[in-house]
Amino acid sequence: MIALLRNPSGLVGVLLVAVVVAAALTSLLWTPHDPLIVDPAAGWLAPSASHLLGTDALGRDSFSALLVGAQVTLGSALLATAVAAALGLPLAAIIELTPPMLSAFLQRFVDIMIAFPTLILAVILVTSFGSSTWTAAVAVGLGASVVVARTVAPELRRARSSDYALLATAAGASSGRIMLHHVLPNAGSTIVVRLTQILAGSALAEAGLSYLGFGTPTPTPSWGRTLAEMQPQIMTRPEVLLAPALCIVIVVLGFNLLGDGLRDILDPRTRRSTP
Amino acid sequence: MSTLFTVDAVRKRYRGAAEDALGPVSLSVEAGRHLAIIGESGSGKTTLSRIMLGLLPPTAGVVQYRGTPVHDLRGQAARDLRRRVQLVLQDPFASLSPRMRVGDIVAEPLRILHRGVPVRTRVAELLAAVELDPSFARRFPHELSGGQRQRVAIARALGPRPEVLVADEPVSALDVSVQAQILRLLRRLAEHEALTLVLVSHDLGIVQNLCHTSVVMHRGRIVEFGATTELLADPQHPYTRELLASVPALPQHHETIGKIL
Repeated sequence: MIALLRNPSGLVGVLLVAVVVAAALTSLLWTPHDPLIVDPAAGWLAPSASHLLGTDALGRDSFSALLVGAQVTLGSALLATAVAAALGLPLAAIIELTPPMLSAFLQRFVDIMIAFPTLILAVILVTSFGSSTWTAAVAVGLGASVVVARTVAPELRRARSSDYALLATAAGASSGRIMLHHVLPNAGSTIVVRLTQILAGSALAEAGLSYLGFGTPTPTPSWGRTLAEMQPQIMTRPEVLLAPALCIVIVVLGFNLLGDGLRDILDPRTRRSTP
Repeated sequence: MSTLFTVDAVRKRYRGAAEDALGPVSLSVEAGRHLAIIGESGSGKTTLSRIMLGLLPPTAGVVQYRGTPVHDLRGQAARDLRRRVQLVLQDPFASLSPRMRVGDIVAEPLRILHRGVPVRTRVAELLAAVELDPSFARRFPHELSGGQRQRVAIARALGPRPEVLVADEPVSALDVSVQAQILRLLRRLAEHEALTLVLVSHDLGIVQNLCHTSVVMHRGRIVEFGATTELLADPQHPYTRELLASVPALPQHHETIGKIL
């Protein structure tokens, strides 16, 4: 953890993610206004002491909406990444452990799935199961799971065909033991870094889907939908779009930089020599 | 004297290869002897050593250890072979897991093969045997030099008190000065533990002070076999002569090589 904070990318990443997490946690306990209270008389108010970022068309407080939106973003990013890991990692292990013919077949299957746009998959799922934050997150997770499988499988192969795995075999280790003690720890850094990047991608995908109306339904605040709702103002008051857009940038950049930082400190070649 | 390894007409063809990588090859290894398997890269020497250890299935032929075939061993028989035969590899940077501490690396074979042994004291004992301080147990491989890593690899291999140590190019990734130290260590340990040694190498200079008998391999076959001293003094096969001529002269070998040339 200390090493992560010493790393420039890691430090900035941790700070940005911390801001978003703090916003989400704060919104659970307190928001300046109830972001769901509609007051048409107070529509499109300019920023003031009472409404830090002004109000939207229906008079809802924008700052409160953004705070609550952090919950949606983090929650759906975590769910999507959990789905991606839960499906992608076993799939990677299966690709790696099955005989070459079956493995080649599975790899082509994964390639085809990667080629299938996640957005369209999400739209299909949302139209079948109804629009919700969680349906969208599961769809994004499904799309990301094949990417996880594709990138983790070669890492598993590399560790499994390594000299230390051979020596473990020569010491009588079972293939399960080798997986647990040698392959997973050595492929672990790739997995962690990859999953952090998927967090970034999922946060962005949730915002995109909500923006298009396939993600979080009204009235729950979501950064993507807030952005869409602010859009009519782009010609008259473009600055109101800045806040939700900036929030999305912060969370995506935060996770990406965190991933970069983790990659730097987890790679033994770039790690400091004394722990 | 008892025979440990019997290699009988072993062949190996890798999947998709047009010709055999190995064989047919037959040889035997007697208990207490030090055997060198010599050849250039691609000669099949590493393939042969992997097959002898039961780590690679042969395409044809049989390898027996004390009369038991080494392939497809299961359960107690497999553990028994693993305990009796241990392996040291060429590249100590690749053969030690970067995520394990030295203590755990050395302890791994003990934990698998010798349950109930007090691991901590045994690891300290093994590190001492390879002239490393017990404090090394807490370090990670990337904090160690190449020579120290290879000592760790040797300590690990000695853990289960094997009868045979198979060393595949154990010093060729190391600096020349470190090579001499590791070879001295191997010789001392082999004497002290009454080990049978199978040394796989491309370098005759390394083999001559350590091995009684040598097998010269070329293109997957054994082309010459005999006492190492005789082989060096009077090579019969043209390939062996070629191999001898290519040995860079280390200072202490000047005399011998001078005679050959």
